[in-house]
Amino acid sequence: MKRSIFFYILIILAGFNAQAMGSELIGAGATFPYPFYSKLFDTYHKEKGVKINYQAIGSGGGIRQLTKKTVDFGGTDAFMKEKDMENASSPILHIPTCLGAVVVTYNIPGNLSLRLTPDIIADIFLGKITKWNNKRINSINPQLKLPDMNIVVVHRSDGSGTTFIFTDYLSKVSSEWKEKAGTGKSLNWPAGLGAKGNSGVAGLVKQIPGSIGYVELIYAMSNNMPYADIKNRSGVFVKPSIESVSLAAEVAMPDDTRVTITDTGATDGYPISGFTWLIIYKEQNYKGRSKEKAETLLNMLWWVLHEGQQLAEPLHYAPLPKRVAEKGEAILRSATYNNKKIL
Amino acid sequence: MAISFLDNNEKDSIMLKAAVLKNRLGSETSMREESQPEQIRASFLSDSVFKTALNVSAVFMLLILAGIFVTLVLESIPSIKAAGFSFLTGKTWDPVFREYGTFVFLVGTLVTSFLALIISIPFSLAIALFSGEYFRQGVFSSFLKSAVELLAGIPSVVYGFWALLILVPLVRTFEMKAGIIPYGVGILTASLILAVMIVPYSASIGSDIISLVPSDLKEAALSLGSTRFEMIMKVVFPYARSGICAGILLSLGRAIGETMAVTMVIGNSNLMPENIFSPANTMASIIANEFTEATGDVYVSSLIEVGLVLLLVSLIITVTGRYIINRTSMQQ
Repeated sequence: MKRSIFFYILIILAGFNAQAMGSELIGAGATFPYPFYSKLFDTYHKEKGVKINYQAIGSGGGIRQLTKKTVDFGGTDAFMKEKDMENASSPILHIPTCLGAVVVTYNIPGNLSLRLTPDIIADIFLGKITKWNNKRINSINPQLKLPDMNIVVVHRSDGSGTTFIFTDYLSKVSSEWKEKAGTGKSLNWPAGLGAKGNSGVAGLVKQIPGSIGYVELIYAMSNNMPYADIKNRSGVFVKPSIESVSLAAEVAMPDDTRVTITDTGATDGYPISGFTWLIIYKEQNYKGRSKEKAETLLNMLWWVLHEGQQLAEPLHYAPLPKRVAEKGEAILRSATYNNKKIL
Repeated sequence: MAISFLDNNEKDSIMLKAAVLKNRLGSETSMREESQPEQIRASFLSDSVFKTALNVSAVFMLLILAGIFVTLVLESIPSIKAAGFSFLTGKTWDPVFREYGTFVFLVGTLVTSFLALIISIPFSLAIALFSGEYFRQGVFSSFLKSAVELLAGIPSVVYGFWALLILVPLVRTFEMKAGIIPYGVGILTASLILAVMIVPYSASIGSDIISLVPSDLKEAALSLGSTRFEMIMKVVFPYARSGICAGILLSLGRAIGETMAVTMVIGNSNLMPENIFSPANTMASIIANEFTEATGDVYVSSLIEVGLVLLLVSLIITVTGRYIINRTSMQQ
């Protein structure tokens, strides 16, 4: 009995030791890019032999874990606010990895392809437009015969990056939305039903005739859901697609890439798009980390910005435009170990 | 009469056995200092080890409960400082503008739980009577019993899925016919699925308690000329009342804390519900929904305080329930 316990302890210790010795990176965070990341890290493991363990616990969790220094890198769909950055003990770098988009999906009998303008979307989600045959919706969809049906708004009930991007867009295009509801991962919705996850929203929208909701582009694409063309700032009705989402990032942006690109100024860009980031500490020597580990981490991120980008499109993620990838390179080069550059 | 005679006989034999046992124990204690000292020391040792183990695990349970409570209180301090008492009375939960009031969720939790309880009681009582009184043996009865126990073992997310796919469309059809906005999800749907989930608890405890009602009491009632229904109403229920209530209380506790299935069908609206068809939200479900993505001290702390309130609500309900049970069984 005693001996077997001793053996167990030995085995567990050996396990810990192997973890510490081998080149393994631990990350946690956003669920939205998880399919992309798991493909990325799997490929990287096969090519370079570095094992990367990414736990999709949500952006908030990713930020918390990095702040507590229990992971090598975090993942987030919403960049960290100045206040959250101050809570961390040292500066944090944001490295964009790919782009995602949020689409407006709906259930109107007759399988119509709908066009929407920003002010209509805002007023629907504010609960001000309550019927599908509303004059304003009709005027931009003259070819459709919209039914006299109640609009049922469906939103996410769980905190999510999807909600953040969507409400960030609404706040930019409607001052009333900004005052009443604002931008956030969860908020006090003025109208409608909440459902958990993309699947929950999609489920309710499919079930309730006359409903409207928002889900990730990837989710809508892989489930063949209808989604609306949306008028962007340049006045073009844009169909959400991988290309139009990538195009949305073709705008001037700060060097740290901490920016939302919703309501983009790009002519053919889809207006409800956003980056997702991996976050690391700028100074990599903390909590007794080895220089080797810091190098492994940065090499992996460099790979994500270059070779890794090819893996995005097959999974319906939009790859980074070249200019953004270059900004990412510069950010990675700024990381240090004992105040000395690593890359 | 033959049976009650037998009962007496049984009682006697038990008394006899007890006396013998007492004697034997007594002689053992007196023998302790005399012969066979090693054997006795060993049994004495194992006895004390057993007792210590029991004590330790009992204290451990209390420590865990106290630990959870203390952690919740400590982690809630930022939120308590920020909002104070208005946390309980505030009707707005707005993470964007940092206003945290939990009143709507408190109402949602209490309304869904008690509604579920009201819906479930007739069913659980019927099942309890069926398997505890009418059909105590037989294939069908044991089948029913294990089916009920199986219901208790189904993971709540499975209930949630079932509710989303079957129950929600049913409620929606009803709402369409009744001329209410056909959400399908809402307080009523959540209460219905909760009722299905809690029936097994009150039913299986109820049936055990009902089968324990002494048969001489029941036979006395029957021999005085009462019908079976009268016997059940006047003998079985009064006798089993406190046990049945305890089972119902347990099921209420389960309903208050249930998270996943409720989240999936309640509609998750933070506005005050207007009627039982309105979408609403519960305390457990707001925690489950928002905790993963919560950042910022006060926000996280407010969610933890919701957990604390939830714990206190269950505590209050359990204590009042116990009080009521004790009083009713005293009156007996």
